[in-house]
Formats: sequence, structure tokens, C-alpha cells
Amino acid sequence: MYLYNLTLQQATGIVSAINGNFSGGKIQEIVVARGKILSLLRPDELGKLQTLHSVEIFGCIRSLAQFRLTGAQKDYIVVGSDSGRIVILEYNKEKNVFDKVHQETFGKSGCRRIVPGQYLAIDPKGRAVMIGACEKQKLVYVLNRDTAARLTISSPLEAHKSHTIVYSICGVDCGFDNPIFAAIELDYSEADQDSTGVAAGEAQKHLTFYELDLGLNHVSRKWSEQVDNGANMLVTVPGGGDGPSGVLVCAENFVIYKNQGHPDIRAVIPRRADLPEERGVLIVSAATHKQKSMFFFLLQTEYGDIFKVTLEHGNDGVTELKIKYFDTIPVTASMCVLKTGFLFAASEFGNHALYQFQAIGDDPDVESSSSTLMETEEGFQPVFFQPRGLKNLVRIDQAESLMPIMDMKIANLFEEETPQIYSLCGRGPRSSLRILRPGLAISEMAVSQLPGVPSAVWTVKKNVTDAFDAYIVVSFANATLVLSIGETVEEVSDSGFLDTTPSLAVSLIGDDSLMQIHPNGIRHIREDGRINEWRTPGKRTIVKVGSNGLQVVIALSGGELIYFEVDMTGQLMEVEKHEMSGDVACLDIAPVPEGRQRSRFLAVGSYDNTIRILSLDPDDCMQVLSVQSVSSPPESLLFLEVKASIGGEDGADHPANLFLNAGLQNGVLFRTVVDMVTGQLSDSRSRFLGLRAPKLFSVKVRGRPAMLCLSSRPWLGYIHQGHFLLTPLSYETLEFAASFSSDQCAEGVVAVAGDALRVFTIERLGETFNETAIPLRYTPRRFVLQPKRKLLVIIESDQGSYTAEEREAARKEFFEAAGMGENGNGNMNQMENGGDDEDKEDPLSDEQYGYPKAESNKWVSCIRVLDPRTAATTCLLELQDNEAAFSVCTVNFHDKEYGTLLAVGTAKGLQFWPKRSLVAGFIHIYRFIEDGRSLELLHKTQVEGVPLALCQFQGRLLAGIGSVLRLYDLGKKRLLRKCENKLFPNTIVSIQTYRDRIYVGDIQESFHFCKYRRDENQLYIFADDVVPRWLTASFHIDFDTMAGADKFGNVYFVRLPQDVSDEIEEDPTGGKIKWEQGRLNGAPNKVEEIVQFHVGDVVTSLQKASLIPGGGECVLYGTVMGSLGALLPFTSRDDVDFFSHLEMHMRQEHPPLCGRDHMGYRSAYFPVKDVIDGDLCEQFPTLPMDLQRKIADELDRTPGEILKKLEEARNKII
Amino acid sequence: MQASDRFNINSQLEHLQAKYVGTGHADLNRFEWAVNIQRDSYASYIGHYPMLAYFAVAENESIGRERYNFMQKEKTIKSCSSGYEVKC
Repeated sequence: MYLYNLTLQQATGIVSAINGNFSGGKIQEIVVARGKILSLLRPDELGKLQTLHSVEIFGCIRSLAQFRLTGAQKDYIVVGSDSGRIVILEYNKEKNVFDKVHQETFGKSGCRRIVPGQYLAIDPKGRAVMIGACEKQKLVYVLNRDTAARLTISSPLEAHKSHTIVYSICGVDCGFDNPIFAAIELDYSEADQDSTGVAAGEAQKHLTFYELDLGLNHVSRKWSEQVDNGANMLVTVPGGGDGPSGVLVCAENFVIYKNQGHPDIRAVIPRRADLPEERGVLIVSAATHKQKSMFFFLLQTEYGDIFKVTLEHGNDGVTELKIKYFDTIPVTASMCVLKTGFLFAASEFGNHALYQFQAIGDDPDVESSSSTLMETEEGFQPVFFQPRGLKNLVRIDQAESLMPIMDMKIANLFEEETPQIYSLCGRGPRSSLRILRPGLAISEMAVSQLPGVPSAVWTVKKNVTDAFDAYIVVSFANATLVLSIGETVEEVSDSGFLDTTPSLAVSLIGDDSLMQIHPNGIRHIREDGRINEWRTPGKRTIVKVGSNGLQVVIALSGGELIYFEVDMTGQLMEVEKHEMSGDVACLDIAPVPEGRQRSRFLAVGSYDNTIRILSLDPDDCMQVLSVQSVSSPPESLLFLEVKASIGGEDGADHPANLFLNAGLQNGVLFRTVVDMVTGQLSDSRSRFLGLRAPKLFSVKVRGRPAMLCLSSRPWLGYIHQGHFLLTPLSYETLEFAASFSSDQCAEGVVAVAGDALRVFTIERLGETFNETAIPLRYTPRRFVLQPKRKLLVIIESDQGSYTAEEREAARKEFFEAAGMGENGNGNMNQMENGGDDEDKEDPLSDEQYGYPKAESNKWVSCIRVLDPRTAATTCLLELQDNEAAFSVCTVNFHDKEYGTLLAVGTAKGLQFWPKRSLVAGFIHIYRFIEDGRSLELLHKTQVEGVPLALCQFQGRLLAGIGSVLRLYDLGKKRLLRKCENKLFPNTIVSIQTYRDRIYVGDIQESFHFCKYRRDENQLYIFADDVVPRWLTASFHIDFDTMAGADKFGNVYFVRLPQDVSDEIEEDPTGGKIKWEQGRLNGAPNKVEEIVQFHVGDVVTSLQKASLIPGGGECVLYGTVMGSLGALLPFTSRDDVDFFSHLEMHMRQEHPPLCGRDHMGYRSAYFPVKDVIDGDLCEQFPTLPMDLQRKIADELDRTPGEILKKLEEARNKII
Repeated sequence: MQASDRFNINSQLEHLQAKYVGTGHADLNRFEWAVNIQRDSYASYIGHYPMLAYFAVAENESIGRERYNFMQKEKTIKSCSSGYEVKC
């Protein structure tokens, strides 16, 4: 089996974010690392985040930093990754790519202990960069420029210190003196020698300054001093002329200002009043804002509270350090303060947000200061505060993030054409169920009912130069309705259009006149109101029309074509007639190329399954240039100029290709390239769009021509970041559509469906999925679908949180306290009003502030029944007494009257630290009542461990409890043990069954294939895996095959060899005798690994599904970073050969951006086996043309054919 | 040192041991071995952000706190050097 791996949705979580002017000039931009993806974001004028460029680097980005050479206008990006190389990138605005400026190898690849890449620090003046590892190694590179002002990089200077753990590094701002880097280090050499543990207890963290002597080209340890043992992060303090220099050391509970030859200035970080005493407060992200006159720091704690830190400083150094409560936003991985007054918050889980500063926290608030620091016998006196609503920030945009996907299932509960992906995302109060549908999201602007059932709709401008449309023209079976677009849309009768007949086409013709084509003629309405009417000869009627702004072709019944052109005076003149052999099915004229008078091509589709290209040139007018036969009569034709390729921010500096698109009656969209000179058709590709013949309409997307295809669902063909994409829209079936532009809506679509007129715009271009989010209460763990009742049952649990009642009580208390305070001011009435408002705004929404932290042994959990259609929770059971749910399944016990029951595995008082322990485990059995909308507890059965896996098996319940696999039957008061097997190595995390086989996944030891013998009532393992795999997801593929994913980011398939499988099935004892003998303490048979691939992200769910109607199945996976990918099995050997060769050439010609070897990355833990990386292959169109041709030559194909193959492979999946 | 010594297997090993922390040798005891495995693992968890996030979800802590915990001396130094509780 060969698989094709393709990422359907790139990771949405963010590892690290930096801001700067990467394209030069004054525009503020953000570069984010999303694990293996590097993207450039820019907030536009409206404050919406736009992704300009996104590239997969086939490596693991661990750190990012930006620097600017003195006097330069542009920032460079330094990337620390797992490649064992330092890479400096520059954003190329013209080509919209990241250019690699330097790549210097310094060590082994991989995320290792002593290979630098984990930390990056930049000299604030951009003269040097330090790259560090978790332990021992630190390298300094000197950055400079040569005579041509190009960036140069020196050979590395070592600042290693062995037996030292490094916690954080940063540059120290010391103006133009020698660059200094600061590091928090811990020396463990003594602790390792001393087995009594005394030295380990005394080990102390140090803050060390490393000085780079630019004259001697040497790095030396300049200064080292003890620092608080909780120190975890360093922040550069501006120096030189801007500030006192030095660093802020963020430690647990404290922020300390340190500098060489300066006393420590220490202040406590204020604590939330409800925080348990044993918990510290840790700073997890920091941002600096620096202006000419002032600077401040924003530090965010692990609970989401942001503090503004300011320093009072003078000639004699820093005198006071103040920490003031600023605002609370969800915990971030990185924060970026943009010079334009925005704060970009890259959330560690859940949606990212862009905030605008309303104030910079100058108002009085809870403040802790170094001068008021009180030290008592119990330590430093804490400062308390209560989080409040946003005061200084206001959120203006957010970017959706699925991180982390906890579970995912694909089903068609809504009975739509394609199945939906149900994914459990997020954590704690920010968790949600997201329903993903392939396609673009629509925002509907207006729906209005019309008097009859319309057949068609057009929009027209009054003049070519107008920005907006003037009329919407709707055609009915026997009439035409004209609506004028102004502040409102209303019917008009003075437009000059004939309203007593249906229309076939309405458009602007020439510069300023309108044309209406109806079955009996052409009505030409001049700008001054004169009307010219052309009537059809005899009793013939017009059946089809094709036109662009200057040319019109009509087809009469019987197959006669008549060609008109607009002459110099704006008059419509008949030019030529042509008799076709039969009736015309459809027509289209190519758009007039810029600077020309006419277009040369007319496409005519006939009922004899052909499409002809006719010339419209005066010399060979109506000559057939080429003929294309198609599989079914064409229904609709559209010429589209596609300027797809790399280059420029809009991808437009490439010669345009003219595509002829044809919607065929069998529902296929047929696309072929038209040679701009000869009119020859080549390079055809077809794609099934839906059950109805696609009708094609030209629209505009971001000012460029795009295509709307209306089949049983609408599709949009458009250009995004240089690629032509054909994506379904998540909208109902439409009959007819036209582009729509007014001052409320610049780029919309007006369409008719049924008896309604709809106006909508298309949002979030470039995304593969559109999502509907339903909020949940706690971290979702797993869920089951009930396909018949169309309901979901979700289990959610959170560690270290208070129960709902406790939270409610605490909240009430807080509001009462707050109310009391305000009461003191008097004015009762106002107070009450204010109080009401507060309730509405929900000033302490958990989503923003998080749940209050409780002791780590407290658990909250709930079981929820959810109706996805109405997004309504029909039943929510909060578990009591510290119980948390971990597994769920539906089960039908045989010969019982209850029907389908729900089994939920829970644990009470589970603790991981210092040792995994629990009070008890339980299996709850619930009965569905009220047609599945509610649950009723039948009984619960105590078990000795955490039941992490449950599954129905032959009318009984299989449970994996710790290392025991046990079969239960339903009793009156509890579950009854029937059979068990205790021979599993660690902990069972997944159980799947098929016929009499049971596939058990162990947390650490991969899969075990088991069999149940009913007559002997015995469970035994007949095969297992030889490789230790820390399973995070598993899926049953077929009788002998399992797919699994491990903690390290690998996906693999194992298969039982055919002969072994047959032997077991034929053996009357079912291999039992062999089992009793065993082999090497394991099962007698071993499964074989048939597929292995490193995804580079922890895969948390696997599922086999087909996302397109009638398409083949593929395996879909969801990951912790919020990406979705697919593994598609190849069906032919030719494809395997083609793609493996393409992959090979791509590896050679286009090595990954950040220096990781592609093969090495995909084989990071185990050698890659039989998986071709589609993500790499899909980078083919981004190569320069000559390289594309070179690779294509090697493969004996043209670049166009390769693009077509890539497109086909993608279309098989989505 | 003679020229031949440089290519002698022992000196090569010594060189490796000095250069790459955690390279084993014949007299390695179980605690040294375990402490190396442990430090390698924690360094790997910290380097692979998705794995760090996975742990953070499991323990319901922020990713920053998880990273901090993995690097504290309670985990990286104490647990093995004083010879108690080796969970490998």
C-alpha cells in the first residue's frame, strides 16, 4: 500500500510570533511559526489579520527572532529549528516568498539536548546573534554587511559551558559597546558527582553575561551572579540613550531587575485573590514597547493576566520597578506590540486575537512595586488583585485556531452532499465542538422574496467607469423585473428595458449603453435614452447568447449564429452569420484582451458532445479553430483568464493563461487551456462538481476574474496566493448568479434560488474548511455519534478546577463584594442599573479569564448530549465527587430490553504527580431517554483502575482498565465480569473490534491483536507489534490492518501477514496452543509495519472517510496543533512511480527552507515507508519556471501535466 | 601523544564523550544512564512544541508552566542523582 500525504488544513496553533517591518517601509508585519509552517501576517487598514504568505519548511521551528542592521529599513528573520543550522530569511515582497540569505551548519539535526536552536537572542543593535541549546552549547554569530550592503555572517564563536542547563537567553542593550548576551544557567556538575543529593539541593541558578569582543572576535564570560531559583525568562531592558540597560529576570512570583554592578531591584507579581497558596505565578510571555521618550514591558502570567512593568531610572541606575495590572486575555504563546497601536496575541490554545490599545494603563490599578516590597518571616508579602473586564485593550479581530484537536469524527449527520468533520477543540473554558465543512464560508447580506420564480439574474453598470452596479435585472418565465440599486433596492420602470418578455442576457455594451437580449430580438438602449431594436428574422427565436463588452453572438433556434460588434459610434452592427450543423447548447466569447478591440475566440458547445472554438477575427471570421469532444453535452461555457503562478503579492507578473471552462450535463466541470494565438485546446482536466450540470458565471474576487459554478452546490474558482483553487461554497443550491457591487458590498454575488433573490459575499478566501463552533464547558476528551438520532455525546473533564457550583458561589461572592464597595459611594439607583449592565456583558466570562485554579487533585467533568443541528445541549450531567470521565462508548447488550446504552469510564481523585494514583475507577451505564436527548443513570460499577478504553463486543462491553482487558455483561445492579486478560504490558488506551477479533492499543507498546473464544470463554493475544509505540490515536482499517499514531508525531500502519492471518482463522484452536507457548515474552505472531510517516505533529485522531461524493476513502488525521491532513491510497502503480520520482526531484532541487533534510525529517524516528509527501510535491508550482521545466523533462512530462496530476491527486481527497 | 593514539578507539570514544553529552561508556552505572535518558527526554519534549502542548492539555497547565517544570532541577537533577525513584 502506498499513500499520498496531504495537509488539508495547515496548523492553526502558533509556537512563536515576532513583529517587525519584514517587507521594508513602515508596514508592521508579524511572522508566526506554526510548528512546521512559517507565515507572514499583516493587519490591514480595518484591523483584519491577513495571511500574506505561508510556507511549510519540513522541520520543526523552535524559536524565531528578528533583527535589523543599523540604519537599515528592513528586518531579517532568524530561525532556530531542528535542522542543526542557523537560517536567516528575508521576505521578498516582489515574489512573495521568504528568501534564504544565510544558512550555517553547526551541529546535528533533531531537537537534541546539546544542539543549539532552542533559544535565540539578538543584539539590540543587530550586530550579533546567539543561538543556544537546552544544555551546554551556545554559539554567537557576528552579523555585518559587505561593501554591496549585503548581510554577512561570521563563523561561529563558542560560548559553551558544559554541565550547564540554560533556561533563557537574551541580548543586553549596551548601545554601541561590545554586544553582551545574558543567560540564566544552572550548573549541575557538582550535583551529578554527589549521590547524597545535598549538592543537588544547593544548586543555584546564575545569571551570566557573555561579552562578544568585536575587536578580538572572541566571546568571554563577563559576569555571573546568583539569581532566584525560579527564574525562567529574560527580557531585554532598553539601554544606550534610551534606558538603564540590563535585564528583567522573570521568576516564579517575582520580577527582578539585574545589571552588572547594580543592586537587584525586585518586585512581586500580584496574585489573583482566589489562587491556591501552593501555586506560584509564572510569566509565560513578554512584549516590549519602546518609544523615543518611554518604554514599558507587558508580561503575561500563566493565568492570562497581563502586567505592565515600568522602571524608574536616573543617572544612578534603576530606583524602582513597578508591576501594574493591565488586562486579562487568554494565555499566549507570544505577544507582539505593533507600532500602530495593536497587540497581537498568539494564544497557546484556541483562537488568536488582535487587540487595539485604548490606553496604556496609566489609570490607577493594583500595583506592586519594589519600594513597597515587604519581607516577612514567611517570605515576601504578596499583593492581590481581582481580574476585571478589559480596560486598556479592545479586541478587533480574531484568527480561528483549532489547536488542540482532541478528537475528530466524520459523518454526514446533516444529510448534505459531503460529510461534515466534527472535531473537539480547545481546552478548558475555551473548548468547543467545531463542525467543519469543506468549502468557503458565506455571509448572507440580504434575502428577498420575488413575485414569481425567477429564471435568471444579471447586474449592470450604467457606464464602464462606474464603480458600482446600477440595476439588478431579474428574468421570469414571461416577464423581466428591473431593480435599481441605490441606498435601497427598488423596482423601476424607466430603465428602458422591455419588461413584458423574459430576458436571455442583459449587459453593458460599448462604453455606456445597455443591451437586453430577449427571445425575439436585441434591444439596445443608448445612454441618451434612444432605443434600437433588432428583430429576429421570421419566426425564429434566440436561444443562446454570448457577449463581452464589445462583441455579441446570438444563436437562433436551428443552429444559426449571428455575430455583432460595437462600432466606433457605439452602434451594434451585424458582422457575420454562420450556420452550425445543429442546435447550439451554449456559447461564450473570451474577454477582450487589454488594448485590443475585439477578442478572437468564440466557443460554441453543441449537443453532439463537442465544443468548437471559432475565430472572430475579420480575416477568418467564423472559421473553426479547434474542436474538443467531451463526455456529455456542454451546458455552460466560460472563458477565464488565469494569472496563476508565483510572483508579486498578487501573483500577477506571469503571462496569463486563458482557460475554457465547460459545465457538462453529467455534472463535470471540464477545463482546458486555450492557446492565445492559435486557439488550440490542450491540457484538459475535468472534475465532478455535483449532480446537476454546472452553470458558469464570471465574478470578481479581490479584483481579479473568478468563476462561480452552480451545480447541486455552488463552487468558486479563484486565484489565491498564486494558485488556482476550485472550492465549494457552504451555501444552498443556486439557480443563477451574477456579480454584485454596491457601496455596501464591494464584491458580492447576487443569485436566485427558488423564489428568492439572495445577496452574499464570500469570506475567508483560501481556507479549505469553514467552521461552525459550539462552545463547551471543559476540555473535551472524547465523543460518540449517534447517527440514527443525529446526536453527539461528549465527555469533558478538567483537572485542577472548581466545580460549577463552587465557581458560581465564588462569583456571587465576588459580585456582592464589588457591589458593597460601590454601595458605599451611595446612589443606589445608578448602581442597580450599572449592575444590570454588568450582568449582560458578563464581565468575567470564563472564556476570557479562564477558570479559577484549584488544587491539582480536584477534577470537574461533565457528560453532554448535544444536537449539532440546533447547537443545543439537550442534557448535561456534571459528575460529582471529583470524578472525571475519560472514555465513552455506546453499547447494545444482547437479550436486554434497554436497547442502546451509554457506557462512560471515569476515575475518582486521579493524580499524576508525584505518582499516578486514584481513589477508584468507575464504569457508568446510562440509558437514553426522551428519544436519546437525555440520559438516566442505570448503575455504576467500581473498577480498580482508570477505564481508558471501552468498546462493545458481541453484545457485551469490553473495558481496558489499566493493563487488564475485561469483558462485562449487564447485570441488574452492576456490570458482571465475564472474562479477562491481564497480560497487557502497560495501559490499554484503545479497543476496536471486528468480528471475533479485538484490536487493543497499549499506551506504550503499540497494538495487540486478540481473539475471544466463546466456548472456552477466553481472551488471548495472538499477535503484537515489535516496536514500542506510544499510541495517541488508532483506527481499524481492515481485518488484518490497524492504523496508529504515536506521541512523537508518527503515523503508521501495521498488518498481520496474510499467511498468519489465514492460519489463525483456519486453526480450530484459533492459535491458542501456539499462544500458550508464546515467544520472547510476547505473542506468538508479530504484525508487520507496512506504512510509516513522520507528520511532525502529535496526531490525536484518525478516521477513514471520503470527503467527496463518490470519491475513494482516505485516512484523515487531526493534530494537536490544529491541522488536518489526509493519507490517500494510490490506486495505480503509475501514479506511485510518478509521485515518488517527483518527490525525489523536489527533494534534490528544492530543499526545505530552514535547512532540514526532507527525507531526514519524514524519517525522524523511523524510516519513512511507502508514503509520498504531497505537501512537498505541491510546492512544485512555486519553483522558478526553468526548474519546473527541468524536473518535468526528467519525468518526461510538461510542467502543465505535473500541475494537472497534483490537482487531480488533491481533488481525489477534497 | 603519538600519531597512532589519535585513531585508537579509546581516544575516539573519549573525544565523543567530551563532545556529546550522554555518550555511554563501559563503566556507566544505571543512575548515570537513567539521568541521561531523562535529560534527553525532557530536552526533546521542550524542543517539540506539539508534544509540550500535549502534556499541557493532559495536566491542564499552561505550556509555559510545562516547559518550566520540565527544566526545573527537581526533574533534571534531583530525581536521579540522589538515586531514588527512577522511572524509565
